[in-house]
Amino acid sequence: MNVFFITTSLLKIIGMIFVVILPMVSYAVYAERRVSALIQDRLGPNRVGPAGLFQPIADAAKFLFKEDFTPAQVNKFYYWLAPCLAMVPAITTIAVVPFGSTLLGVPMVIADINVGILYVFAISSLGVYGIVLAGWASNSKYPFLGGVRSSSQMISYELSLGLAVIPVFLLVGNLRLTNVVRYQIENGWMIAPFIGDWANLGKWLLAIPMITSFFVFTIAVFAETNRLPFDLPEAEQELAGGYHTEYSSMKFALFFLGEYAAMITGSAIIVTLFLGGWHLPLPSLHGGFHWLVVDGTAPGWRGVVGGLFNIATFFVKVAALLFMFMWVRWTLPRFRYDQLMRLGWLFFFEIALVNIFIVAGILAYFQF
Amino acid sequence: MSPILFWFFALLMLVFGAAVVVNRNPIASALNLVVSFLGLAALFMSLDAFFIGIIQVLVYAGAVMVLFLFIIMLLDLRAERLRKINWVASAGGVAVALALLVQIFYVIGHLTFSKQTFPPLARSEIDDVHNIGLLLFGNYNLPFQIIGVLVLVATIGAVLLSKRERR
Amino acid sequence: MAITVARPKRNWRERLYLPAIAAGMVITIKHFKNTIFGRTKVTMQYPEEKWDSSLPEHYRGAPALVRDTDGRVRCVACQLCEFICPPRAIKIIPGEIPSTDRFAKVEKYPEEFDIDMVRCIFCGMCEEVCPEQAIFLRKDYAITGFTREEMVHDKDKLLEIGGVMHGVVLKWNEKK
Ligand code: SF4
Ligand code: SF4
Repeated sequence: MNVFFITTSLLKIIGMIFVVILPMVSYAVYAERRVSALIQDRLGPNRVGPAGLFQPIADAAKFLFKEDFTPAQVNKFYYWLAPCLAMVPAITTIAVVPFGSTLLGVPMVIADINVGILYVFAISSLGVYGIVLAGWASNSKYPFLGGVRSSSQMISYELSLGLAVIPVFLLVGNLRLTNVVRYQIENGWMIAPFIGDWANLGKWLLAIPMITSFFVFTIAVFAETNRLPFDLPEAEQELAGGYHTEYSSMKFALFFLGEYAAMITGSAIIVTLFLGGWHLPLPSLHGGFHWLVVDGTAPGWRGVVGGLFNIATFFVKVAALLFMFMWVRWTLPRFRYDQLMRLGWLFFFEIALVNIFIVAGILAYFQF
Repeated sequence: MSPILFWFFALLMLVFGAAVVVNRNPIASALNLVVSFLGLAALFMSLDAFFIGIIQVLVYAGAVMVLFLFIIMLLDLRAERLRKINWVASAGGVAVALALLVQIFYVIGHLTFSKQTFPPLARSEIDDVHNIGLLLFGNYNLPFQIIGVLVLVATIGAVLLSKRERR
Repeated sequence: MAITVARPKRNWRERLYLPAIAAGMVITIKHFKNTIFGRTKVTMQYPEEKWDSSLPEHYRGAPALVRDTDGRVRCVACQLCEFICPPRAIKIIPGEIPSTDRFAKVEKYPEEFDIDMVRCIFCGMCEEVCPEQAIFLRKDYAITGFTREEMVHDKDKLLEIGGVMHGVVLKWNEKK
């Protein structure tokens, strides 16, 4: 614990939250509106600033100046606590995600703990409290139904979420997320383990369960973040907004932003686990054909550029995943509740479970 | 870790643990228990037992308590809030708890090794998960398998019980 | 009588839903692409683009009073429009034309003529009922104001919108 470590950590935390996550959240909302509009043959918000780029600022101002109304029958303390609880876990999760290689010798991860992914699950599983409390404290039936739906949905899909990452760790042999990224740089991304080892049949076989795992994990993330087609807790048409029906102004905005923050951290974790993290394979031609690893270890300005490039790569990947989230949302209709539960317990759970055995079998048979 | 943090988290645990018992509102009790678990997890982590700490949060705070909350919310427990406190029973409970506390103090105070300070443990290079895996599947393989079978039986039982009767 | 609609039997491919989902995703991304590259017609961007040039001849905009080529306000304050107006948007106070006037035989003219545009429903009844071809619905549609008072068009305003109407019957000519 020295001063250098503390300052860089603080800088990373502040930078991550205020420079990256919060703007990204507000622009994700903007992007969502634009993407949905474009998909539906509209233009979306394009009035505030060039191409509507200042729309998030206008939205924030609107939320801040709206009347903050607290209904009379709510349980005041929990009613106020719930929006905070909805926002905090989503942001806290990002702490263990490596969002870049190194910059000026500082590793680009806030806390590189040895149980990284478990930390992610632990914190994100706390996210349900915000929703459940909101539903309960609102003391009204639609929010309550939303809260109940949300808790059962989260419990159900956490299982598939947890089981779907086990294959990754069977390969890496370690729960530290930076090691996962290292492994992927050396052995090809998790969804394409055959890269760099083209002749190995085992690696090709391995790709099948890994891609399955990727899909199960992604779908479970959809369910965990309450995104369509799993947005039953807030289904506008049947629950009038679900758990946040009784909320207004900034408190509502916190739920809204919490959902997007969860989406961003979810994408960040998918990127880290399956899509190579901050790594972008660049073909390098001098000295034969091999993948060039750009990172921040090179001396001088090249290291800085490399480090920045890695960070950019990571966030471009996250943005691409976010786009996919939106694309799916504006394509698929909502599930019925029993379908959702059936899907979670009878399909994804089983698929994830069998997947682990397949990966373990391949690993044992091909010995790598 | 600094003793201030230890005292802070220990106190957090105790205060919220007490609040679980004192609160008349089941939901508030459940939430207090969650905070108490978080304090416990923090204590584990301060001992460098990251795995246990995280699992504490993941399993207890994240899963078990959510289920609890889920059930509590579905039941209508308004009666519980209105029920009068049985002073005799609560006095008895406090007495038993105090007796246990005195006993623990007495026993620990008379143990010789509770007075000495232990040298700090060597930091292990391999991470927790690895160690726990090795222990579970090496030294304690049989108990582990037995527990596995037990859990399987319980699962099958639960499925069978909750299965709807076909007419 | 209640009818039970039999659910269609689906084969395993349909029940997997994945092909349907993939097809849906393709459709939406196509829309996305086409809108981005401007290949889809989208809503007119109103204040910048307007439909004004292509308004049809029969468009019913704001009602307005007109003058004829002699410069006379054609309204004779017969108040028919005031009575026919369904939401009672029109208020007329008639006045007498002095006998020295060139058009003294018309006898009446509107001293005040207010149309409350908050009330007007652009139905065109006034135009239809007017025996004098004095009130017409023009093509103005962006009628806005900050107060209710601003939304009441008085006679000057109405004449300003209306302007001079050509090709109408001039039945009050001196020669007739
Ligand atoms: S506008 Fe026509 S209908 Fe109305 S008062 Fe004048 S002359 Fe009569
Ligand atoms: S258009 Fe209709 S509503 Fe408007 S002033 Fe004429 S008669 Fe009245």
